[in-house]
Amino acid sequence: MRILVCVKRVPAPGSKINITADGTAVDTTNLGFTVSPHEECAVEAAVQLIEGHGGDATVLTLGAVEAGEQLRYAVSVGIQRAVLLPTAGEEWDPQRTARAITSAIRQMESADGPFDAILFGNESADSGGFQVGIRVAHALGRPMVNGAKGLSIDDGIARVQREADAGRETYELPLPAVIGVKEGINLPRYPTMRGRLASKKVEVASIDPADATSGPMAGAVTGPTTIALRPPPERTSETVILGTGPDAAVAVVDVLDEIGVL
Amino acid sequence: MAPVANRTVLAVVEHDRGTVAPTTFEALTVARTVSDRVDALTIGATADAIAGDLAAYGVASVHQVHDDVLTDYGPEAWGEVVAHAVRALAPDVVMASGTDRGNEVLAQAAARLDLPFAANCTELRTGGGDGGGDGDGVEVTRIRWGGSLLEDATLPGGITIVTIAPHAVEAGPAATPGAAEPVPFTVRLDRSLGRSVVRGRVEREAGVTLATAPVVVGGGRGVGSAEAFAPLEELAAELGGVVGCSRAVTNNGWRNHADQVGQTGTRIAPEVYFACGISGAIQHWVGAMASKHIIAVNTDRQANIVTRAGYAVIGDLHEVVPAITAEIRRRRRD
Ligand SMILES: Cc1cc2nc3c(=O)[nH]c(=O)nc-3n(C[C@H](O)[C@H](O)[C@H](O)COP(=O)(O)OP(=O)(O)OC[C@H]3O[C@@H](n4cnc5c(N)ncnc54)[C@H](O)[C@@H]3O)c2cc1C
Ligand SMILES: Nc1ncnc2c1ncn2[C@@H]1O[C@H](COP(=O)(O)O)[C@@H](O)[C@H]1O
Repeated sequence: MRILVCVKRVPAPGSKINITADGTAVDTTNLGFTVSPHEECAVEAAVQLIEGHGGDATVLTLGAVEAGEQLRYAVSVGIQRAVLLPTAGEEWDPQRTARAITSAIRQMESADGPFDAILFGNESADSGGFQVGIRVAHALGRPMVNGAKGLSIDDGIARVQREADAGRETYELPLPAVIGVKEGINLPRYPTMRGRLASKKVEVASIDPADATSGPMAGAVTGPTTIALRPPPERTSETVILGTGPDAAVAVVDVLDEIGVL
Repeated sequence: MAPVANRTVLAVVEHDRGTVAPTTFEALTVARTVSDRVDALTIGATADAIAGDLAAYGVASVHQVHDDVLTDYGPEAWGEVVAHAVRALAPDVVMASGTDRGNEVLAQAAARLDLPFAANCTELRTGGGDGGGDGDGVEVTRIRWGGSLLEDATLPGGITIVTIAPHAVEAGPAATPGAAEPVPFTVRLDRSLGRSVVRGRVEREAGVTLATAPVVVGGGRGVGSAEAFAPLEELAAELGGVVGCSRAVTNNGWRNHADQVGQTGTRIAPEVYFACGISGAIQHWVGAMASKHIIAVNTDRQANIVTRAGYAVIGDLHEVVPAITAEIRRRRRD
């Protein structure tokens, strides 16, 4: 079985997100980077599929060369191959991103054969566009379900479970299929010593991203274009310290009484 | 933003086997601020009866689609229907609610139309662009980072495809109801679209859920182990609530992800949220900030959750939480 999983390098902010002076980007000074939790789970799902069925899994990202760090993380937990679509580091809109990923997939598949399943995150942590995977699936003519909270593959069918308001739904996608994974589908493992070594040694393949702003795809409508980022209005409250240690219980229950939840 | 007279909005009605998703009415409420001509699209025969409910929200026509492939929800089939409707009806704006299904269907439609799509908008502005635009494009405010950041962005002119972030506005009926006139809309759908239609489902059991509980007792890394959640369970049970947790807890395998509050977990809005041993990282906070009252229990006076909460107790949760439960029981006895 051949699996592809797509991840995006995003900053990992702490208690608040700082914006750059020009107001259009997240100030990443002093911030670490990660992939979205949904994508961590997509990586874990890919590793589990390979463990169960044999074959190999590839991780792909479009981003700055530093995104190699996120590719190596995926290798350290059991992915075999890594592919980078290098950019200058600026944010690409979802259509541009999807076109470049689609074109890279076509290239990889014509060289090494089709991927049985391509996994995405439900949405990226930073831009939350809810669309790159869906656009790639459509361009490739493959079935796609987002929000997967369960996934198994048997007899050429990907069985996907997902939560809806009314209950847990099942989908049965014929392979090759595309699946958007949601956190909670599994518990991602931590890298092993051997994994860390493999991630240091892995050769990151580079594919020039086909760019919608030049070449045959130029002129296509894309967007949205960011004008400004800003924090949402914050509800400021003076914190009332009810006390220290267990003695504060009386004051806490007074508050509960006042609110009316007792 | 003032409605534009010659502009039309097509609202995609989200429903589950004929039951409307309540957030659809929020999207319709926003739609009326953009245009005074709002039409709706309902997908599948089970949705025909919804037309009546849409009149109060000012809907003029309800385009109804029937097809064997549409007997249950399917992202590709629904997306294909929306794409057909957009080509045939040429609306200026296509709108749905920013739910799992709403985002998925409009992304499927946008992919088919090769048009941009902006998910989870809280506002739409036209005419002025960024203040000095030529009035062609649409400016939106949308949420990013699960709600910890707002983005002002422009979408190019032409057809604007957006979802409205759930709970960004309160749903309200129109001053004058619409006719909500049913209009059959015929499309020829390829049978192969059935490949991603729901195959089966297990209904959810009734009961208090994290999203609807009046009281949530949340525990974070400070709780220390799966077993140490027992006192939090007791406090929650005492108040008719449920236990929630941070991602540090799910990552450690102490609790199931279904209990996680935050950007990639559940958004809660209880009367009271106890945040015990939780630091209040931005990704946790966005899931908890809609709580009416927050009571933080933390050893660290400087913890982010403590400075943001309405109330706080400084101390070890392992002592404080059982003391609260005991105090509630004592008062109930007296
Ligand atoms: C893209 C992305 C999405 C994320 N989504 C989510 C999400 O949905 N939900 C979520 O929760 N996190 C999410 N996170 C993780 C988040 O950034 C934090 O890492 C996480 O919330 C921290 O959990 P915590 O507060 O339990 O742990 P910590 O940050 O380690 O805080 C522990 C707190 O407990 C206190 N404490 C310790 N011992 C005691 C004691 N005995 N009594 C009282 N207090 C004590 C400490 O003072 C501290 O404040 C996400 C991260 C990323 C990058
Ligand atoms: N730059 C990128 N490189 C690789 N995969 C990406 C990139 N951006 C988005 N994706 C994938 O597409 C999913 C959805 O992204 P989005 O449409 O931005 O919410 C993410 O969870 C990733 O799996």
